Amino acid sequence: MELLSGADMIARFLKDEGVEHIYGYPGGAALHIYDALFRQDSVKHILVRHEQAATHAADGYARATGKPGVVLVTSGPGATNAVTGIATAYMDSIPMVVLCGQVMSHLIGEDAFQETDIVGVTRPVVKHSFSIKHPSEIPEVLKKAFYLAATGRPGPVLVDIPKDMTSPTERYEYVYPKKVKIRSYNPVTRGHTGQIKKAVDMMLKARRPVFYTGGGIITGRASEALTDLVQRLGFPITTTLMGIGGFPQGDRCSLGWLGMHGSYEANMAMHHADLIIAIGARFDDRVTNNTSKFCPTAKIVHVDIDPSSISKTVRADVPIVGAAGSVIDEMISLLQDREPASPDALAEWWKTIDGWRAEREGKLYEPSKPGEALKPQEVIEAVYRATRGEAFVTTDVGQHQMFAAQYYKFAKPNRFITSGGLGTMGFGFPAAMGVKLNFPQDDVVCFTGEGSFQMMMQELSTCKQFDVGVKIVNLNNQSLGMVRQWQDLNYKSRHAHSYMESLPDFAKLIEAYGFTAIKVTTFDELEPALERAFADTHELVFLDIYVDPFEHVYPMQVPPGLHA
Amino acid sequence: MRHIISILLENEPGALSRVVGLFSQRNFNIETLNVAPTEDPSLSRLTVTTVGDDRVIEQITKHLNKLIDVVKLVDLTEGNHIERELMLVKVKALGASRDEVKRTADIFRAQVVDVTPSVYTVQITGDAGKLDAFVQAMAPIGILEVARTGVSGIARGDKLLSL
Repeated sequence: MELLSGADMIARFLKDEGVEHIYGYPGGAALHIYDALFRQDSVKHILVRHEQAATHAADGYARATGKPGVVLVTSGPGATNAVTGIATAYMDSIPMVVLCGQVMSHLIGEDAFQETDIVGVTRPVVKHSFSIKHPSEIPEVLKKAFYLAATGRPGPVLVDIPKDMTSPTERYEYVYPKKVKIRSYNPVTRGHTGQIKKAVDMMLKARRPVFYTGGGIITGRASEALTDLVQRLGFPITTTLMGIGGFPQGDRCSLGWLGMHGSYEANMAMHHADLIIAIGARFDDRVTNNTSKFCPTAKIVHVDIDPSSISKTVRADVPIVGAAGSVIDEMISLLQDREPASPDALAEWWKTIDGWRAEREGKLYEPSKPGEALKPQEVIEAVYRATRGEAFVTTDVGQHQMFAAQYYKFAKPNRFITSGGLGTMGFGFPAAMGVKLNFPQDDVVCFTGEGSFQMMMQELSTCKQFDVGVKIVNLNNQSLGMVRQWQDLNYKSRHAHSYMESLPDFAKLIEAYGFTAIKVTTFDELEPALERAFADTHELVFLDIYVDPFEHVYPMQVPPGLHA
Repeated sequence: MRHIISILLENEPGALSRVVGLFSQRNFNIETLNVAPTEDPSLSRLTVTTVGDDRVIEQITKHLNKLIDVVKLVDLTEGNHIERELMLVKVKALGASRDEVKRTADIFRAQVVDVTPSVYTVQITGDAGKLDAFVQAMAPIGILEVARTGVSGIARGDKLLSL
């Protein structure tokens, strides 16, 4: 039996749980915990420069590895600064555990210095939260937090820890709980076999089927199984933004992604389908647009681990609650016992789809001519070539995010790391740090814009302290591109506050931190700059690439004038 | 359509706020809410009446079930059930209307539970419709104050909401 203080229990628990990195920022209410971290060397603490960055870095780590990211912040402003990152993780179902310092128990409710009801503030954006009431419950509560964060539909879990719970003078028995049980929480894994059979019957009879898959394939580690299933059936497949990488984009069956900025053939195929097999996707408004006109002729099979995602916006004909991987495996084994559909059955459908493909054949943008500004799309394509399509890619939010999703062709899951649901500007750079710290030998590229980058650029200092060699590709169009695009389309080009006037000289700024920055303004400069940037994977390089500010993201499925 | 949803909830701090927060966060509506501990001190029973079409009610029950603190729930309106609400009403009881209050209370099988020279406090139980009718009947005489508990309910017969 071992007696430990609450703070030491936290440090020890993190070690026993196998946590390697935590991202955080100290402050009064968290000081006992920081002292405990100081006195051990199993868990490495990454000191960020703003708590929001801690959550995004932990989030990037979680998206790349599938394991929960861990954050430690202090009470009050430390905790409230973390809220945006918690909400970002919540919207994209990312496993995360956030440990928050809190004022002493006897001060709670008295508006004490640096007190916030952070459990209340975060309630709508966490999977669950805990307040520690006694130091002895720390190991079990932490185990529950990790268990909840990583199982079922993953999500962030917050643990509020009043300072007196971590007092160094009070010691209690510590045992690492290998397992915990929560009586009200039994996430479904296997789907209902009867329902899966029904779905397989429909798949074999379908003449115009489409797979529509989302982030559930990535978080559920089901991309191999999905690829097998799709290739067996020879059905077309479209993924959501969050589902990118769940199926190789170069495959003939891949129609690319769907929705507002998705491909023409993906959206046309969804509209004309007779069967949609949705797996780990949630029919969100950026995909469906007007739900009453969405997929008018299709029967819908919807597989999701979260029952509340099914029939939330679009009614499912065959709902299947279960983990993507297990349901797909069962579909495959059922298909093996069945007479396969005739290969001709889908010939007509593929002819139609190839027709749509041919209709939009050619580039969606005009590459720059000598003397003209670079196009953001050609920059993404050049980075794709320079990294042989193998980099981890994080993005911020806006036009560059859509271009990255369109032009960097992902063949593997967990490689495209983007804030899809919440759309958080400032996400990309700290997320890239979280990835790079855990994959030091891989290239990690952050596509950003001068708007997004300025929201989290203080993290250059963190990169300096911990030698984080991310490659920052700043698509500098001197404006908030996506806002400007909407203003062009819907507000007669009245560019209200979408300009980025008085931009800094990014090269000087980066150099002030001791890093390399390369300014690129012409196509000829692009390839040599990329060669230089990717010469050493351990070096942080910032590419300030001036691109055409008038470029829009196309295709776009919202008619101008519609304020969606 | 109106639904009565009964929930067994972990008797933990913050559990109630998660349930109530869910309704406002997802734009669901609460008509009445009633919560108290059960025979098992680790569980509270919460009953909420809400209005919505089948799609909305399905979403409400799914989202409630997703809350970690919700152990079990039942939509009582899906089967035969008993619905009760308790109401305390203070009514002006002066002169001729003093008898009228008592007579009306008797008709509704309500009890006068507190008396002053000018006021009767009446206790009545029943379903929401009966309580509404009583309020209507008393209104012309002069209602001073109303306190309703919100609906509580239980399934008829052998059906149980328990662990």
